[in-house]
Amino acid sequence: MAADLASVAAKLAAPGKGLLASDESTGTIGKRLEKAGLPNTEDIRRAYRELYYTTPGIGHYISGVIMFKETLYQSTAAGRRFVDVLADEGVMAGIKVDEGLAPLPGGGEGETYTKGLEGLEAACREYVAAGAKFAKWRATLKVTDSLPSDLAVERNADDLARYAKICQDCGLVPVVEPEILIDGTHSQARFGDVTERVLGATVAALWRHGVALEGCLLKPQMVIPGAEAEGGKVAAEEVARHTVAALRRVVPPAVPGVMFLSGGQTEEEATINLDAINKEARVVGRCPWALSFSFGRALQASVLKLWSSDQTRVTEAQQLALSLARVNSEAALGQYSTPAGGHPSTLTGDSLRENFRGWSGQAPAGGTVPLQGGGGEEVVMAH
Amino acid sequence: HSAHLYTPILLVLIAVKIHQNKRYRLRYSNRARPITMQAQMQFRSARTASCVRASSGRAQPKVLCRAFNSMESPFAEELKKNAAYIAQKGKGILASDESNATTGKRLQSVGVDNTEENRRDWRELLYTAPGLGQYVSGAIMFEETLYQKARNGSQFVDILLAQGIYPGIKVDTGLQVLPGGKGETTTQGLDNLADRCKAYRKQGAKFAKWRAVIKIGEAGCPSTTAILENAHGLARYAQICQENGLVPIVEPEVTLGPGDYSIDETAFWSERVYSHVMRLLNEYGVILEGILLKPNMCLPGLDAPVANPEEVARVTVRTMMRSIPPAVPGIHFLSGGMSEEEATLNLQALNDEAPNAPWALTFSYGRALQATTLKTWAGKESNWAAAQDILVKLAKANSEAAAGKFKGPHPVPGGGRILQALRTGGSGK
Repeated sequence: MAADLASVAAKLAAPGKGLLASDESTGTIGKRLEKAGLPNTEDIRRAYRELYYTTPGIGHYISGVIMFKETLYQSTAAGRRFVDVLADEGVMAGIKVDEGLAPLPGGGEGETYTKGLEGLEAACREYVAAGAKFAKWRATLKVTDSLPSDLAVERNADDLARYAKICQDCGLVPVVEPEILIDGTHSQARFGDVTERVLGATVAALWRHGVALEGCLLKPQMVIPGAEAEGGKVAAEEVARHTVAALRRVVPPAVPGVMFLSGGQTEEEATINLDAINKEARVVGRCPWALSFSFGRALQASVLKLWSSDQTRVTEAQQLALSLARVNSEAALGQYSTPAGGHPSTLTGDSLRENFRGWSGQAPAGGTVPLQGGGGEEVVMAH
Repeated sequence: HSAHLYTPILLVLIAVKIHQNKRYRLRYSNRARPITMQAQMQFRSARTASCVRASSGRAQPKVLCRAFNSMESPFAEELKKNAAYIAQKGKGILASDESNATTGKRLQSVGVDNTEENRRDWRELLYTAPGLGQYVSGAIMFEETLYQKARNGSQFVDILLAQGIYPGIKVDTGLQVLPGGKGETTTQGLDNLADRCKAYRKQGAKFAKWRAVIKIGEAGCPSTTAILENAHGLARYAQICQENGLVPIVEPEVTLGPGDYSIDETAFWSERVYSHVMRLLNEYGVILEGILLKPNMCLPGLDAPVANPEEVARVTVRTMMRSIPPAVPGIHFLSGGMSEEEATLNLQALNDEAPNAPWALTFSYGRALQATTLKTWAGKESNWAAAQDILVKLAKANSEAAAGKFKGPHPVPGGGRILQALRTGGSGK
């Protein structure tokens, strides 16, 4: 079993390949669809995902697709299961198994833990039967002068490790995502410190719970300044330098791949930063893990904009999806150079930051309100 | 009449009090909880600050924060440079830091008295060996030796530096037995360490070493206490060294001992120990680019069949890959009882197994460089050159192995294990 997990993880982190994170919960994707002027119905969601999964040649750049539970069981309009269509292209199906964020009891303001450990084992066995090969669980941590607290770091690291252990026992490669949120005024240096601390705690927790590092993947944020930091954004070389230094200090070589999240960077920033990271890794040397991508918004935002304007422009949308995947694949090899027409993104300058990705306040009276669609999603904060 | 009025008010007041009391007890009671390793580590951690947020309404819980200390040592760049120098490919460390007591045992085994003069002679033999600096980038010394001179009056530190060998200093003050009756130990030496580091640096030392020993192979070993205690000592020592300009060699030795435990069991405990050590180094703000690691190779217990070099390499590399982040420039294995030939062959196999390892896979050998050298010298002036010759040959063999280029034959083939009992009870001055 361990050898299978290691081989799946290695395939997911193969050179020049990355993950498409299309596991937005019904609530989250709904907000994006609605913002683009589309209704949030099951068929729209299905048709939207079909766009990506049937893009010819997507398998050259994408090794795995992370899906929401609903999507794992969906099919193309012609009736072929998504899982099978992807497998034909050599793309593995992954499944988001967490059930969203909740306020952390005893934690600081805005700190969360992630729900979903209860019943996880049974769910994983079902997902394996449906064809999933890997899973993903997202924890979030917030940075201020005094946060994240000990409790948030240790609790989330521990929960991530428990999730990872259950996955491995069921035959799924766990993608371990301790997302340190971009929100805040913290500096890049501070973010680097927090990254080292959080990843260090996560790796230690993985060991404590008997998780085989060879059979899991890490999904962190790149080391960037806070979205409201003084001085604004920094050059890609700085992102690269801080990110590579931080990872080298805490990620043992046994982990086959570090698949960065894009978390609010623009499509173009994400590509350029990823490329700079790989170039820096080559210069610094001794970076034994793949440095690749697990992008959601950075692979989809322009595509959604195009497709939502006219759902019949499928081929065009797919070509855009493919070129977004291709430039990030090049970046994952440290070989990206701006194409003749510029980066494929059509949303130049727009941040992809959303204010509902963390926990931003108190629950409405009466406790948390699960959104439509079941299975648990991030709780929306109406502030 | 008043009773009718006051009783309900009184009852309400009592009810409110009980309710408040309950809430207070629930919030702050000492809920029965096993003392987890997290709790112990948090207790031991470097700096914590309590932050109480301004509340808007109900009372807010106390949030324990940590001061993030990416340690800003003024020596940071120098530490990284020195560590990289010592860990350069194809070179390793001569561990000659035996305490006076241990050195005495060695000298006596070849009929030499344990005097300061004889200890000095013995180290002079090692440090003036011609050409040693081609293969050795660092030499660890005991405190006495750091301040000694050769017969011609030159300081040992200067002789070493002239050969391109950085002087290092053992700073721990020995092992003490932990309670529990299992022979587990902790390492002493934190008291006054900062001042001692300053003095050693002034004398010319560039790096330091602290040996923690973890016993396995017996029921109940290693205990959680032993692991935490030794990991804490190493992390605090490393932090103090870096603050005072010395590169710390971090040595968590999972010691080769009696028992028929398998190589995989050694690997399991080694992973556990290294994971704790790395965790604490992280928490204590130790700059990993400025340390060197000195671990054991993974070997089965003394009563189990000896593992061949390929097996040792496979398991040891796997263990390192799982625990040691790439920022550490060099992993300098201890020889810990392996014969001279075994130590070289295993080191070569390690480099065969992982030619592209992110850290140097090299040596910090004591017995495996000194045993035959000592026997050859045996205290006799007439054997001086021959002894130096064998030392340099041994260093060359291990240097080649550290570069993955050792082809044999070994200068001292066929030797047996070179075991020594654990010496506890202090610094052995």
